[in-house]
Amino acid sequence: MAIKDLPIDECLLTGNAACPGCPATLGLRLVFKALGKNTIMVVPACCTAVIESLYPHTSFDIPVMNIAFEAAAAGASGVEAALRKLGKKDTTVLAWAGDGGTYDIGIQALSGAIERGTNFIYICYNNQIYSNTGIQRSGATPYGAWTTTTVGGKTEFRKDMGEIIIAHHLPYAAQTCISYPEDLYGKVKKAKDIKGPKYIEILAPCPPGWRFSMDRTIDMGILAVETGAWALYEYENGNMTFNGKSKLILENKIDRKPVEEWIRQQGRFSHLFKPEKDTTKITAIQKNIDQTWERYRKQYL
Amino acid sequence: MTVMIDTGNYIAAKAAVMAKPDVVAAYPITPQTTLVEGIANYVASGEYKGEYICVESEHSAMSACIGSSATGVRTFTATSSHGLLLMHEMLHWAALARLPIVMCNINRVIGPGWNIWADENDSISQRDTGWIQFYCSSNQEIFDTIIQSFKIAEHEKISLPIMVNYNAFILSHTSMPADIPRQKEIDDYLKRYRPQWNLDCDNPITFGNIIGTEHYEKIRRAMQDAQENALRIIPEVAKEWKKLFGRFHGDLIEKYHCDDAEYILFSMGAIGAESKVAIDNLRSRGIKIGLARVRTFRPFPAQEIQNLAKNADLVVIDRNISIGYEGALFTEIKAALYGKSDAKVSGFIAGLGGKDVTFTNIENICKRAIDGKTKGSTWYGFEGAN
Repeated sequence: MAIKDLPIDECLLTGNAACPGCPATLGLRLVFKALGKNTIMVVPACCTAVIESLYPHTSFDIPVMNIAFEAAAAGASGVEAALRKLGKKDTTVLAWAGDGGTYDIGIQALSGAIERGTNFIYICYNNQIYSNTGIQRSGATPYGAWTTTTVGGKTEFRKDMGEIIIAHHLPYAAQTCISYPEDLYGKVKKAKDIKGPKYIEILAPCPPGWRFSMDRTIDMGILAVETGAWALYEYENGNMTFNGKSKLILENKIDRKPVEEWIRQQGRFSHLFKPEKDTTKITAIQKNIDQTWERYRKQYL
Repeated sequence: MTVMIDTGNYIAAKAAVMAKPDVVAAYPITPQTTLVEGIANYVASGEYKGEYICVESEHSAMSACIGSSATGVRTFTATSSHGLLLMHEMLHWAALARLPIVMCNINRVIGPGWNIWADENDSISQRDTGWIQFYCSSNQEIFDTIIQSFKIAEHEKISLPIMVNYNAFILSHTSMPADIPRQKEIDDYLKRYRPQWNLDCDNPITFGNIIGTEHYEKIRRAMQDAQENALRIIPEVAKEWKKLFGRFHGDLIEKYHCDDAEYILFSMGAIGAESKVAIDNLRSRGIKIGLARVRTFRPFPAQEIQNLAKNADLVVIDRNISIGYEGALFTEIKAALYGKSDAKVSGFIAGLGGKDVTFTNIENICKRAIDGKTKGSTWYGFEGAN
């Protein structure tokens, strides 16, 4: 579907409290277009709890239940069970959480809800940090990245949440990025029509968190995909399909750009370039991506 | 009506299913397990037709209950001890969100070390979460209180969650007879839950978003008003129940021989039931003593306690302790009387870790208090003494 063909309806209202250049609002707008108004949303502690705006106002034109940080998937389980009892089988239940609420504090509830076959869509908008609390490290933060709790740069690599989710053998899982709206829209739309648990992760480059200018959000997502630091794929009925440029990278039809092209444009990695270049760490980041793609090829090509 | 002879947990499961909650979300923990197993049996037999979510933790159990109740349907769960503690964050959440969830909590010791017996520190430590708390003393009372709790929690002037507490094993695993009304009688008594608000795509509202201090204060005040309303509505419900079903376990407090009493013993839960025997024995020896078994710890029945203290000195037994001070009921009773009564109040800690508290023990406690041989808070029966 082309951008011009996206539904005109908006459930993300103007005047919301997001930062300029926020990737979460880009994602929300597309997700709402794909799901429509017959959707109930569950939001744990994350930036979106701020974007919703201050009580008694709201910036979302669908019903929203806020819930505690670790509880999005469990709260959604309850909403879904209640809707089934009420005979409202057409209503989509959407849990929308950040990477902290997904990779870290919320992983138990998420794993449980998927294992139980909960009929819902869980979307993680991944900005690779606890951004709402002021840029702390999460399990999704990449190696080497500065955060307020990894002041000299993170010393561990991120976990691969997509593969953890796929190990649940659920009906549908996907990775996408706000820089590819057709890809994002298409995946959410597809998930809407599949019964059972669906997991979608959206890479969401965060200007204040990653330290880049607010007009470069889309570029940072594109570079993440082109360098292979992020992959676009979908897992459906046990089959893995890579999409867009990630497919071309997997099939060796295009070369991955060096990761340096992505990280050198983000202030969170600036200590790897100034006062002098830290070749050891940059090589480690590159090697980790190389290994990830070697593994992808072995497993999915 | 039929008579069911069974354990507190199976009778609680029966009550829960007869109240027809649309959703039950629960996680097993000793000694609550036979309650959730009981509900699972009703799922298998078809007697329970609601959704039964076997979640992966108590935190998720309460979170799922919150999701379900916020969607506008009747919701039930059960837990105990560490499970209740794991729920703590979501207990606050459920109450602040004004969701009328009903939950059984089987009072059990908190570890370490591991101990599964009766102790009320688990629920006492959840005192300030905003939940209404009942403490039961028989299996019949468990049944009746669960059914009543849906009525009270869902009352438009209350709209708060309710915790129905009863002691591990002494009630949860002990068989007693209970009169079970016909399903139609329960259906007539407990009308379908009609929420005042819920998650609704035709009326899209955002619940629980960021809130300024001026609105937050109003939310807290409204919860307090609701608990104060419950002080009035709980006795009305108890009275109506007596009229319809012929049974009465007291309202906020169950009073036993209090009218002419010179001494009144205060206790909760299973010790409350055992206390009746002690009162009978002490009365047979000419001591004018009565029993006030506190059924509702929240809202706290301060006014009733002030009335009882007009002509009597008080003895309080706590199966809990607020470490660093004294038993919680003892503290709260004294606070209720401050500036309003000259009654002498003696406090005893007894039965922690599931230690038996027999009627003989209770008689000894009362005698010590009557003889004036107490000072502040006393640990009764500690290290085999007394």
